[in-house]
Amino acid sequence: MSGKHINLTLKIWRQNGPQAPGSWEIFPAKDISTEASFLEMLDIVNEQLALAGKEPVAFDHDCREGICGTCGCAVNGRPHGPDRETTLCQLHMRRFRDGDTLVIEPYRARAFPVIKDLVVDRSAFDQVIQAGGFVSVNTGQAQDANSLPVPRNKAEEAMDAAACIGCGACVAACPNAAGMLFVSAKVSHLALLPQGRPEAAKRALSMVAQMDALGFGNCTNHKECEVECPKGISIRNIARLNREFIRAAVASTEKIPASGGGQ
Amino acid sequence: MQLDSKIPGGPLETKWDRHRFDMKLVNPANKRKFEIIVVGTGLAGGSASAALAELGYNVKTFCIQDSPRRAHSIAAQGGINAAKNYPNDGDSIWRLFYDTIKGGDFRAREANVYRLAMVSNLIIDHCVAQGIPFAREYGGLLANRSFGGAQVSRTFYARGQTGQQLLLCCYQGMMRQIATGQITMFPRREMLELVMVDGQARGIVVRNLITGEIERHAAHAVVLATGGYGNVFYLSTNGTGCNVSAAWKAYKKGAGFANPCFTQIHPTCIPVHGPYQSKLTLMSESLRNDGRVWVPKQAGDQRPPQEIPEEERDYYLERIYPSFGNLAPRDISSRAAKLMCDQGKGVGSTGLAVYLDFADAIKRLGRKVIEERYGNLFQMYHKITDQDPYEVPMMIFPASHYAMGGLWVDYNLMSTIPGLFVLGEANFSDHGANRLGASALMQGLADGYFVIPYTMGGYLGGTRLSEVNTSHPAFGEAEAQAKARTEKLLGIRGKRTAASFHRDLGNIMWEYCGMGRTDEGMTKGLKLIADLKGEFWQDLLIPGTDTTLNQSLERAGRVADFLEFAELLVTDALARRESCGSHFNEAFQTEDHEALRDDENMCHVAVWEYAGEGKAPIFHKEPLVYENVKLSVRSYK
Repeated sequence: MSGKHINLTLKIWRQNGPQAPGSWEIFPAKDISTEASFLEMLDIVNEQLALAGKEPVAFDHDCREGICGTCGCAVNGRPHGPDRETTLCQLHMRRFRDGDTLVIEPYRARAFPVIKDLVVDRSAFDQVIQAGGFVSVNTGQAQDANSLPVPRNKAEEAMDAAACIGCGACVAACPNAAGMLFVSAKVSHLALLPQGRPEAAKRALSMVAQMDALGFGNCTNHKECEVECPKGISIRNIARLNREFIRAAVASTEKIPASGGGQ
Repeated sequence: MQLDSKIPGGPLETKWDRHRFDMKLVNPANKRKFEIIVVGTGLAGGSASAALAELGYNVKTFCIQDSPRRAHSIAAQGGINAAKNYPNDGDSIWRLFYDTIKGGDFRAREANVYRLAMVSNLIIDHCVAQGIPFAREYGGLLANRSFGGAQVSRTFYARGQTGQQLLLCCYQGMMRQIATGQITMFPRREMLELVMVDGQARGIVVRNLITGEIERHAAHAVVLATGGYGNVFYLSTNGTGCNVSAAWKAYKKGAGFANPCFTQIHPTCIPVHGPYQSKLTLMSESLRNDGRVWVPKQAGDQRPPQEIPEEERDYYLERIYPSFGNLAPRDISSRAAKLMCDQGKGVGSTGLAVYLDFADAIKRLGRKVIEERYGNLFQMYHKITDQDPYEVPMMIFPASHYAMGGLWVDYNLMSTIPGLFVLGEANFSDHGANRLGASALMQGLADGYFVIPYTMGGYLGGTRLSEVNTSHPAFGEAEAQAKARTEKLLGIRGKRTAASFHRDLGNIMWEYCGMGRTDEGMTKGLKLIADLKGEFWQDLLIPGTDTTLNQSLERAGRVADFLEFAELLVTDALARRESCGSHFNEAFQTEDHEALRDDENMCHVAVWEYAGEGKAPIFHKEPLVYENVKLSVRSYK
């Protein structure tokens, strides 16, 4: 697994706090192994910054295997960088060429304020889930797991939607900074399963209202979200969300919450 | 330190029922008068938070991540065990119990493990009701697969993302309770101190990781669900944020630490490729359902795998353990891989890898079936290594993965500190000296959904608790302690980063207290750790201040705790005069290089009590009594 080494120029957004003004800084990234992941490249640069008496670049990360959804920033304008269906932590430096300049900046969206450098506040996603992204079942209430068969293709489709990691790339990719792919993935996951049906109408109405209240934009079918989603979540889920929403608004007794969907 | 395991008397099958009847209850109107702190939002902490809130307790939950949906339980791939016996292949609660005890090499408590096997079925019911899209058969019923250490198929799974699906449903359960105000969530907080009043755990002091502010939080009881300490090896399958700090703070306040030397080395991880490497990625054990592990028969054989003919390959797991084959338990598979590499048969550029080959499975089942079963894992492997596992065999090597050891708890999951409960990987209770695959998810959720909701009531209902708020002097002292330590760390102003100390510590641990341990090596390791710790406090460099987000400062605090904890881990390994499960001291082995237990002298839980700065920890033992299973030599042959 021996690789080669490359030299890069990094143009990185630095911002010391939510209220502080930000600016671009340019660093060299020298002698980077092409076997290193993108985050390991940032580790190497940070180690050099620290030793030079400068403050390292703050960036969120945890599992480094593409599943926790913690990491993410835009590389040359693209959330999670250039590879399809790949989180930033799974992007490897073999993707770049010696001498490349990489522009690295935080996700830009009204609903995701910058905390520091590349770290943003995505708690708006948690608030959207609080509005109804769950099945209201208390521990201990459940019947035997096999008493309700679920058609295999429905379970698989639900799993496709449930694979969302909540990283926020869809919002960052959208010219309107919409949260539709995220919301539709959760609405779809639960709407496709019999366990999620009793609350489906209420869920669709509440989550959409909450999403609007939190400053996410509207979907105008640019489909950028689908292209940048590291888990390949399909925009078919947005179509399903629209259907669920219309069905709930027209045919159910649930009311559309005035503002915010909190229960 | 008194170690009373509080295991109820009577027959094994009815202990938990009887205990639930004997415990005090808190009536519904009184539950809302109690506040409970939960630290950590993995499967154990998330499920505990949700379940306690559903009962009506006021829950305050803390995590270091930006959202409770990120905890490292999310990375668990393969599945979750339960004794449902849906495949009709001979499973039962008793068999799951027995497999877990045996898999743990007879170093876990019978009563705890039996309870775990009992509630395993309730977990699956609850998870399905929450909307977890588990894999299903064409008839719409749940599918199962096999995992190491079992001859039945009892593992439920959601592709290779089972941990993710289970965690997100825990998280959704929590979000539902946050919306009703029953849980207050504090993300991006790191616990710096446990606060004790009158000998009881009554609160915590945390650092707000965004603002640097130190905050005080009081409660009637504290639950730690802060995960394992595998990152003491630096390179591990854990998330980069996983740490021992909360558990270590509790230890220094008087909680016993049990069996720290029991650390699982997982057999199937992607091998190390360079010095800058920050973590090792696990390839789910479920791959061993269809993948065959092999090395060349001839040491030093440099040919690419396709060019090595069948008769020159050694499928060593199938050869040595014919009845379990490629599904031999983790400790055994890991050691076998090390043995092959030690004999010069390792493959890849470093010689520290073995093949995991799917060619036969693809021939037998077709590429499409393999894609369905393991697609995301194959894709992950391809991305990391730039090699296509459908075309060439995967290369794998063992890596630090899971901590069986942890804070000592009794049958109620309470530590030696009254009011301090410890759940999930952070406690020591169920896996003995080795954990079987797909059992960590089961234990985390069992503790959180089905044990703590009962035992917490028993504690609160049966304990006198004085009125305590955050102006109590104990909070002032804890806060001063936390601040002083941060200042001390920042004041060193040396020349080396915390990350570089962490890497050095990991090298020492892997070399001298990893898969093959010797007295000589461990003694040398202890000396090297002490030297490194000395250097750390002389030469640490932390850029930035403590008034903003400062990831270097966070890392430094965690590495400082790992340096202290590492000494305890090695001390415990030296004190265990046998080999069992994951702990392999080369002086204690059979002729076939299998672990040689000493049931006469070592059938106990080793529990360590903090004795103060610079003093040797005090050793206690909880003897393990086996009333229902006969201790036997663990054989998977």
